[in-house]
Amino acid sequence: MEPADELTNEEIALELSEEPMRLNMGPSHPAMHGTIRMVLDLDGENLVNLDVQPGYLHRGFEKSCERGTWAQVFPYADRLNYVSPMLNNVGWALAVEKLLQIEVPERCQYYRVILGELSRVADHFTCNGASAMELGAFTPFLWLLKVRDWVWDILERETGARMTHSFGRIGGMAAPPTANFKDDVLQLIPEVHKVVKETEIMLLRNRIFLDRMQGVGVLTKEQALSYGVTGPVARSTGIPYDVRKDHPYLVYDRFDFDVPVGEDGDNWDRFMVRLEEIRQSVRIIEQAIAQMPDEGPVDVDDPRIVYPDKDSVYKTIEGTIAHFKLVMEGLRTPKGEVYSFTEGGNGELGFHIVSDGSGTPYRVRVRPPCWYNLAAAREMLLGGMIADIIPTFGSVNMIGGECDR
Amino acid sequence: MSQAVVDRLRAQFGERILETSDAFGDHEVRVAVKDWVDVARCMKDDAELQMDHFIDLTAIDYPERQAARFDVTLTMRSSRNGARIRVRTQVRDGEEPGTLSGIWAGANWAEREVWDMFGIKFKDHPDMRRILLYEEFVGHPLRKDYPIDKAQPLVPYREESEIVKLPPFGIEEGQPFARIDWESRLAGRDYQVSPSIGVQQGQRRTLSDSEAAEQIQARIEARMAREAAEASEETSKEGSGE
Repeated sequence: MEPADELTNEEIALELSEEPMRLNMGPSHPAMHGTIRMVLDLDGENLVNLDVQPGYLHRGFEKSCERGTWAQVFPYADRLNYVSPMLNNVGWALAVEKLLQIEVPERCQYYRVILGELSRVADHFTCNGASAMELGAFTPFLWLLKVRDWVWDILERETGARMTHSFGRIGGMAAPPTANFKDDVLQLIPEVHKVVKETEIMLLRNRIFLDRMQGVGVLTKEQALSYGVTGPVARSTGIPYDVRKDHPYLVYDRFDFDVPVGEDGDNWDRFMVRLEEIRQSVRIIEQAIAQMPDEGPVDVDDPRIVYPDKDSVYKTIEGTIAHFKLVMEGLRTPKGEVYSFTEGGNGELGFHIVSDGSGTPYRVRVRPPCWYNLAAAREMLLGGMIADIIPTFGSVNMIGGECDR
Repeated sequence: MSQAVVDRLRAQFGERILETSDAFGDHEVRVAVKDWVDVARCMKDDAELQMDHFIDLTAIDYPERQAARFDVTLTMRSSRNGARIRVRTQVRDGEEPGTLSGIWAGANWAEREVWDMFGIKFKDHPDMRRILLYEEFVGHPLRKDYPIDKAQPLVPYREESEIVKLPPFGIEEGQPFARIDWESRLAGRDYQVSPSIGVQQGQRRTLSDSEAAEQIQARIEARMAREAAEASEETSKEGSGE
């Protein structure tokens, strides 16, 4: 074959197709973690058009919730964002408590905050580690995931399960904090700081990493608002929206912490916002540990809501009946409709619940933060190159269980 | 949630705001379907409101309500002052509210999901495809009269003899513990437990409104009959051989 520079323009034009090439990426693709399908129209390596198609992990979460009792939603809620299940657990508990118009005791509120922030630390480490790994940096991935395992060790000691804890309860938690809880968490904190620093040393001056993150996958502030983007992705565009700050729930108004925001809304900003949020979460944990009372009840004192302790279930008829009624019929909520929202791992996690006054939810709507973040991913990707999909999709941190429900 | 937004909308629209509520601290206004887009556009463009942060759009099914079967709700937030509001409208089955995807881009996917799950179409929506489920899916699963244990009869039934796929792995497979059978309740029938439980107790036939499901049931029965006939033939052959 002749070298290209000896061919005339017409001959070269004949060899290249003018039609954009259509390429299916996913649903089973190493970079499309969480099974997402993208249909790409490519002009060479440039993305001319793309269609993001979620739904491959749809399990009928909302329909399933209409079948059981209010308490039976906790295991499902765990499996929404399975990277930070404790945040979903607490979110669901708060939603039902808003409907019941009760507030859990102070000790439980601090306990929820600490467990939730630990989950957030694990969540952000996982996301950032995976982002780096997909760009070829495998060491940071393992380096960051070891923190996740340390966090999970603590959560396992507290809840009995590494990942899907099902630890939240309406009006409290499944168990009070263990005796060593505060010491365990305090021991972890310097290690987390160390790993954050090591991550910065490893990645932030790496030329390849910088080139693939900076200026790639840009989302503007207006687009983010219009698409309903929340969480770290929204904050990276400069929107200082954090539910913990703007609409404080639990005891978040008692802590001194900052909401990191980015400027450009590119992959780099999303990475850096998450890294800084780890530090802020640790700050919250430190303050919460200092303020959390060591004694006192964890569950609300209301036998219509909280399960009786096992001793009375086995030894008294009142306890047996109360347990039976709560398990078989479920606790009764007042008739009505509430929208309760918390700051999940990826943004505003909302539960819009409708009660008809019975022991079964009439309708449960989850507002998954990932869903709207993923909808905006099209704006981030359009006009870029096919290789940019990998870091951008990674930094959006789509979690299939939550997005597809 | 914010009372100021409710007051502003009342001042702007007057009688067209049908109802307001602040139950459980969530401020809410109800409007008619014809005002749905107007109110939304006002919320976005009004200098005082500036509800520019799209939060959520979803629907709720009330099959026993005669006038309008569905509630469609929109939750919005203002990035300027953090005010929140929920707007609600009641939609008849088959009625099409106008799309909000031209006002907030996030409404695009939210409305596609409502179409997918409830079968409410939005007028002038640019891309009214199913989003979580596949195009061949029959029905809209979050409607109350869609049984939770209904399976979709789309994969062709395989005739290979080594694959034994008989009830309970048949049409209404899995999850036989759904509490309420909405189909029966709406039809006013006696048995209002799940179809699968009913069948197991021999109360009545499997509920299945789609023709395809019945065809497959018929094919399963035909195959079982054929296999039974073959089995009896073999025994009779063995009998004659001796």
